[in-house]
Parts: sequence; C-alpha cells; structure tokens
Amino acid sequence: MAEEKACNASSPDAEANRQHNEARRDFLKQSSILTALALAPATVLKAADSKWDEKVAEKFEKVPLTLEINGKKVQLSVEPRVTLLDLLREQLDLTGTKKGCDYGQCGACTVHSDGERINACLTFAVMQEGKKITTIEGLADGEKLHPMQEAFVKHDGFQCGYCTPGQIMSAVACIREGHANSEDEIREYMSGNICRCGAYSNIVNAITEVKNGGQKV
Amino acid sequence: MKQVGEPMSRVDGRLKVTGAAKYSAEIQLPDLVHAVLVESTIAKGRIKHIDSKLAERAPGVLAVLSHVNAPKVPGYAQRDHPTEPSTRGQPLRVFYDDKVYSNGQPIAMVVADTLERARYAAKLVKVEYTKEEHQTNFHANVEKAVLPSQAKKNPKSPLADYVRGTEDAYKTAAIKLESEYVMPSETHNPMELQAITAHWEATDKLTVYDKTQAVKGTQRAFANEWKIPAENVKVIAKFVGGAFGNGLHTWPHETAAIIAAKKVNRPVKLMLTREQMFTMVGYRPYTWQKVGMSATPDGKLTAITHEAIGQTSSYEEFTESTLQQTKMMYACPNITTRYRILPLDVSTPIWMRGPGEATGAFALESAMDEMAHQLNLDPIEFRMRNHTDTDPDKKLPWSTKYLKECMQLGAERIGWKNRSLTPGAVRAGEWQVGYGMGVGTFGANQGGAGARARLLPDGTIIIQSATTDIGPGTGTAMVQIAADALGITPNRIKFELGDSAFPNSPSQGGSSTISSVGSAVKEVCFTLKQELQKLGGAAFSGAKTENVMIGEEGISLPGNAAAVSFADLLQQHQLESLVVTAEAEPGKERRHYSLYSFSVHFVEVQVHPVTGVIRITKIVSCADAGTIINEKTAANQMIGGAVGGIGMALMEAAVIDHRYGRYVTKDLAEYHVPVHGDIPKAEVIFINKPDLISNPLGTKGIGEIALIGMAPAVANAVFNATGKRIRNLPITPDKLLI
Repeated sequence: MAEEKACNASSPDAEANRQHNEARRDFLKQSSILTALALAPATVLKAADSKWDEKVAEKFEKVPLTLEINGKKVQLSVEPRVTLLDLLREQLDLTGTKKGCDYGQCGACTVHSDGERINACLTFAVMQEGKKITTIEGLADGEKLHPMQEAFVKHDGFQCGYCTPGQIMSAVACIREGHANSEDEIREYMSGNICRCGAYSNIVNAITEVKNGGQKV
Repeated sequence: MKQVGEPMSRVDGRLKVTGAAKYSAEIQLPDLVHAVLVESTIAKGRIKHIDSKLAERAPGVLAVLSHVNAPKVPGYAQRDHPTEPSTRGQPLRVFYDDKVYSNGQPIAMVVADTLERARYAAKLVKVEYTKEEHQTNFHANVEKAVLPSQAKKNPKSPLADYVRGTEDAYKTAAIKLESEYVMPSETHNPMELQAITAHWEATDKLTVYDKTQAVKGTQRAFANEWKIPAENVKVIAKFVGGAFGNGLHTWPHETAAIIAAKKVNRPVKLMLTREQMFTMVGYRPYTWQKVGMSATPDGKLTAITHEAIGQTSSYEEFTESTLQQTKMMYACPNITTRYRILPLDVSTPIWMRGPGEATGAFALESAMDEMAHQLNLDPIEFRMRNHTDTDPDKKLPWSTKYLKECMQLGAERIGWKNRSLTPGAVRAGEWQVGYGMGVGTFGANQGGAGARARLLPDGTIIIQSATTDIGPGTGTAMVQIAADALGITPNRIKFELGDSAFPNSPSQGGSSTISSVGSAVKEVCFTLKQELQKLGGAAFSGAKTENVMIGEEGISLPGNAAAVSFADLLQQHQLESLVVTAEAEPGKERRHYSLYSFSVHFVEVQVHPVTGVIRITKIVSCADAGTIINEKTAANQMIGGAVGGIGMALMEAAVIDHRYGRYVTKDLAEYHVPVHGDIPKAEVIFINKPDLISNPLGTKGIGEIALIGMAPAVANAVFNATGKRIRNLPITPDKLLI
C-alpha cells in the first residue's frame, strides 16, 4: 500500500508535466496546421488523413545536429531525448557500440568523444554537437586492425564478444590517459567495463602487451 | 599439423573486435518497429483495468497490446495453470489473461515507430489491479516446500528422496557436524540484454533473430505456440552475447514480440531493459541447504545427509540437480538426500551456469572443509582419504577420473604449502591470508547431433550445424576438429551455426556442445571423405578411406597417386558442390561407465581484519575435462567460470523487498558482478587426457566445472584467513565484522 501512496505522491508533478507536453504538442500541431492552411488550404484535408500533422509536429520536435563520426561529418535531425547510443545503433546502423544497461554501469557502450572515453548511453546525442565521435567501427585503419584489436584476438580477450567493443575503446583510452602502467592500474581503470564471461585476465594481458609494445594507439 | 589442442585464435575474432558481429537486436529489416513491455507492479492479483488511451494517442504508436486485445496465441494451453512436465512446461502465457503471478511480469506492450516513442508511450499505460496477498519470502514460507511432482510420480527419479546405507546415519556418530547454507537468487545478467527481432514473412511463416542457446528448441517452441509446421519457423542466432543458461528456455518477451509483429504486420524488435533481466528471463533460485556429516577420527567419511529446498514460481516447477554430486563424489557408506521445491509468487528460475551442482557444491565442499578442520586434517588430505575409484551411486567404473592429479597439481601451483592448518595464522602486513579449495563435478553429457558438409570446387568446405555459440568458441573448436578429421588446414574450413535450418543439434547447455556437435563434425568429415572416394571411381575404390588425402586442390592417395581435382570430380558428376550429412549419437559403451568432468579450484585470499574487505590474490583452476580442443579458448572458459564463482562467493545476490514482492537489486549498480579490479591473474591447468569412452574426441566438457566448486573454495579460504565460517552467500564484509 505504501508503494501506491508513494506513486500517487509523485504523480501530480508527472501529470502536470505530461499535460504540459501534450499541450505543447497540440499547440505545435495546431500552429503548423494553421500555417499549412494559410499557405495551401487545398492540401489540408489530405494532410490530416495521412497523419501529416504528426509529421509536421515531428519537425518541430527535432533539432539539427552535426557530428563527426569515425572521420565523417554527418548532419542529422534528432529528437533531443535520443541518446548517443540509440542514435548510433538505431538510426546510423553503427551497432558495434553495445547496449548493456543504459545506465552507465557496464561500459558496453564506450565510445570516444573528442578522444575521451564516454558511455554513449549517458549522453544525449545533442550534447555532442560538433564533437568527433569514434566508435569501434572507426578504430581500424581500413582492413588493418588497430593494435588493440589485434591484441584482443591474440590474447582471446573476450568470449561472447558483446562487451568487447566497449572494452577495446576503453582500453585504447586507458593507455592514452596514461593509466596502463601496471596490471593493477589497468584493472582499476578498466573496472567500468564489465565482462560477464569473465575474460578479465586475458583483457589485461592484451592491454599490457599493447602498452609495452609502444605502438601508437 | 594437428590442430586439436592448438591455441588457435577464434575464427570469429575479427568480427567481434571490429563490431561487425550482429546480435539479435542489430538486424536491419525494412519497416522495422520497436516494442517496449509494461510490467506488473504487484506480485499477485488480477488486472482490473488497463487504460491505454493516452499511450495509443502518443506519437508514433502503432499498437498497445495486453490480454484485452492481443492476438490469441493458438498453442497456449487452455488450463488454469500452465504447468507441464517440470521446467520444460509452457512458460508464462504472456497476455493470456488478467492474472498476475509475479512483480515485473509483462502485462502490456507498446509498439511504435521509434524506440524513444515506444518507451515514452509505455509510461503512459495505466494499470489498475485487484491485489491479492503475495508470498515471496522464502524463509517465512519454507514449511510449504513440496516434493517435485516428477519425484512423486516416480520414486526412482533423481529428484526423489535417496538413501544409501542407513538413513541419517550421521546423527548417531561421535564426530559429526550439521550446518545450514543459503544460496541467494542470482541472475545470469549476460552483457547482451535479451532481445528478439520477430518477422512474419507470411501469415504462417515466422522468422526470428533471437537470443537463444537452442535454435532448434526455440523453433519447436514457436511452432507449437503458433500451430505452424516447424519448417515454417526460422530461428537465427549467429551471435549470442552471453547467456549462461537463460537462453535455454523461451520466455514471454519472445512470444510478446511475435504477437506484436503479427498485430502490426511489420518486423518488431524488442530488447529487454536491465531491470527486466531480473524478472523475465529466469535466475538461479534461492536455495536453503543442510548438510549433516560424520567421520571417523582418522578421516573416513561415515555418513552424509544433504537436504535442499529451492525456490520456484507458483505456475511452473523448476528443479535442478543440487544433490547429485553428494551421491557420487566421496566414498561414504551412508548417504541420504532430500530435495524439495518451494513455490512462491515470483517468476520461474532457470538453470544458471553450473546449475544445481554449483549450489550443492557450495554446501558439500564447505562441509568437507568444516569436517577437515574439526579433524585437524588438511582438506586435500581429507578428500584423498575419501577418494573413490568407482561411482558409489551408479556402482559403475568412472570412464576417466583424474581428480587426485588435479588436487596435486593445483596445490603445488597455488602454494598450498604456505597454508596453515590454524585459521588466521598467516599474515601479509595487516591483511590476513587464507587458502581454500573446492571440488566441482558435472556429468560428461553428450546428445545426438547432426552436421552437413559442403565441398566447393575451389576446395572450400562449409560445415553447418544448428548449434549456437554463447561465447565458448564453438566455431573455432569445430574448425579444428574438422581440420584434423580431413587432414587440411583450418583456413579451408568454414563452420556455420545459429540457424534452425541447419542439421539438428541440442541446445548449448550442460557442457555438452563439443562432445555432441564435435562428434557430428568428425563424423561428417569422414562421410565427406567416403563420398569423395566414391566419386574418385576405380582409382580410389581399393583404398582405405582413412588414406584418401584431401589436398589444396583435390584428392589423392599416398605418393600423390590417382590425384584428381575437386573441380574435375564435381564436373564429372555434374555437381555444383558435394553435400553430405551425418549424425553422431552417444556411444553404447557409455552405459557401462559413469562419466563426469572434474575440477578443483584453489584461491588465495586476503582479508582486512578491520574493514572486512576481501580480495582474491590468486586463482588456480585445474580441470579433468578430457581432451582440450583449443587450449586458449578452453582456458578462457575456465577463467570465466572462476570469475562467475567469485561473483557467487563474494557479491551476487538478487534481493526482494517482500513488502512489494519486488527486486530492489535491479541493475548492475545494485546487483554486483565481478569487475576487472576484483579479479587477479587466473591460472588454469588442464589434465588434457582423452576420455574415449565419452566420445571419439575424448572430450568431457568444461562450461559448468569451470564454476562449480569455486564459491566454496573462496568461503574455505576466507575461513582459513579469519576463522569465520560464512554459510550464507555472498560473503560481504559486514558478515565478517559481526
């Protein structure tokens, strides 16, 4: 019972919020339809039939966004609530970046933003305006794997492969940050990337080898 | 060069490190839409009303479905409770009626054109309930535990009460112990969230890209649900992002996605949230155990009584082999086991890596350590004194058993000689140091499996079987097996899996994939050679098939006699390619033996006496698993099991707030699994001696024994470090400070 009360206690806010959103949407719909009406009355009936009002409203709800993803500049129009992770996976077919929790607790979605590792699930795409995003798909040099990718294959730094892109992106940043000077330091600074298969020893071996190899990462 | 045993890098490694491997929520299909589930917020009762108006009006929404309006699933059993044979029965019938069996049960679903829109609209669905009083508290309800129906029907069932010698003989012994142990619920939580992309390609033709450990089993399940022929259901699982058992069953969310795809007539993608992974796809059941044990002063076991009660749901009986190893592990004249299940208002559990055996081993191997301590004996010596050279349960010889060797090798490697018989005697600075070990065992299972091989004119060989790879490196091992069977280099062979259209294979469970599918692959390679020999005509007809050599471009006999190219052979017989199939069944000789894999896990721990912080400083796992096909991937699997066992020992517990019957640990910040910082370098030792009774490859299986026995090893090490015996997992610092 206490639980229901708790729900009720918070609901007026939520309700007001919802009403606000709905109102805003209705306003957008009406104003855009009015605009359309003023400009081209003949098309309006047809527009309503095809849910064009929705489509027009949708335009107002999206914001322009420019990103450089894996070296390519992309111009997008996205809803502000779309996370970088969902943008990559659902709209750009860059599914190498994985969803493991959506709360920044597992690291599967680790990408680089202007060279720094971030959890793509913890940032709205629009917050990355103008940034250079690198995903696992952009790490290799064409057909030539990045040294960290090579090392993960060699040391079997994965099993199911699902956390792997995040581990690799994190590992590269870990070395760049200067946090790979010992196995213990690697373990500490890689602890945001969970591997449920438990390939940790092998991942540490891979990172150690790349670090000691002195190759540019 | 022989490939089996080589540490070959994974054949799919490149796909995994470049992000090119596609998992089940990563399939692009035209007109694909998204489904999001709405869960119950009560643990028991009925749905009074679902108000979906707001959700339906929300932008982009195509459908809001629940039991009120969802298309009927024709194969749902029309009885009150869906229980069928235990565990294999029909799971919760999603959107079937207004009944709520557990908190977090899927009760409605929104389908929309984008994920964000579906997620938003799902929050607008309002549900009213008629609540009933729920029971989720294990200990408050323990009196209601029952014998599983399988055991009621069949007193010879492995789940039935078992007495060898005198019942409860430990009670009258002079040297005895009686201890109770608790294994909390654990959730598999693979990194990939459970996901399915469902697509009705025609009204009676279904294709699903699904996270499953059994493409054939899933195909059968959906064919039954939708009353369509199995061949009309295509199940694809090329990559599975971990599963650890929760892909052994089909779950309500899968049927929900299929219902959605039917309703909106478009492909539907559904990926669970991390919270939903706690309530919708099974878990290791909360289990209470009691061990009574007695021994002679010189360390011979005289009796063990092992009882267990495992949690299940109110609508399905889930059982597992919690007590099996107690019947066979040690030479002991008097054994009693009693297994019960306790139905609660929760979702149904499912086997989780090293299923019941890992739970049972925690109790048995902890008790062995307790008894060794009581006798002032080294725990390894105590186990050596109770070693058995035949299976005392089945009264059969072991096919192979190198358990003693495992103990010796592991003890050496961990530095067992540094262990003191007296707890708390060894220190490293301010930290207390302890050593512990635990034994694991699991049946060396094999199921019937098939494989198909296709030879192309350029000499490429494609082998297919409807198995899956949840991470052990199935494809890599199969390529190695095939390379040896054909005598060619691995890069000529491609192994394909994860498609229900391929020849039959059992689910990837019970540590049996290499034994089952590997045997079929070996067989199909031989069949391919036979066929090539036949096609070769007179020049080859007198030769032994074993002597037919497969080269880069064609076949020949020793000394390059009678060489003929693949292209010519195929052309002569007007074939585009040569396709053969074969099946491998478990050998009859297996019946005369008892077949088990064994493992011994060793750990060194340090415990901080002021804070109770426990750190694992060394891990050594030794396995008697028969032939090791790939040293690198097999060792990885062992390390992974050890990590899982450490999670079990030190951190994992899915906790319910019984006021609401709802999990309070619903994400990875609350439900802790081991991270990099928790795990030191782990060492693995393989005995690597073939067990040719098991199958022609000599394998016995690794997946489960990698974990079974690790949790007690840690608990025993903590006792050795501190003198504190924790029988209630996980061993968190607070328990050491009390």
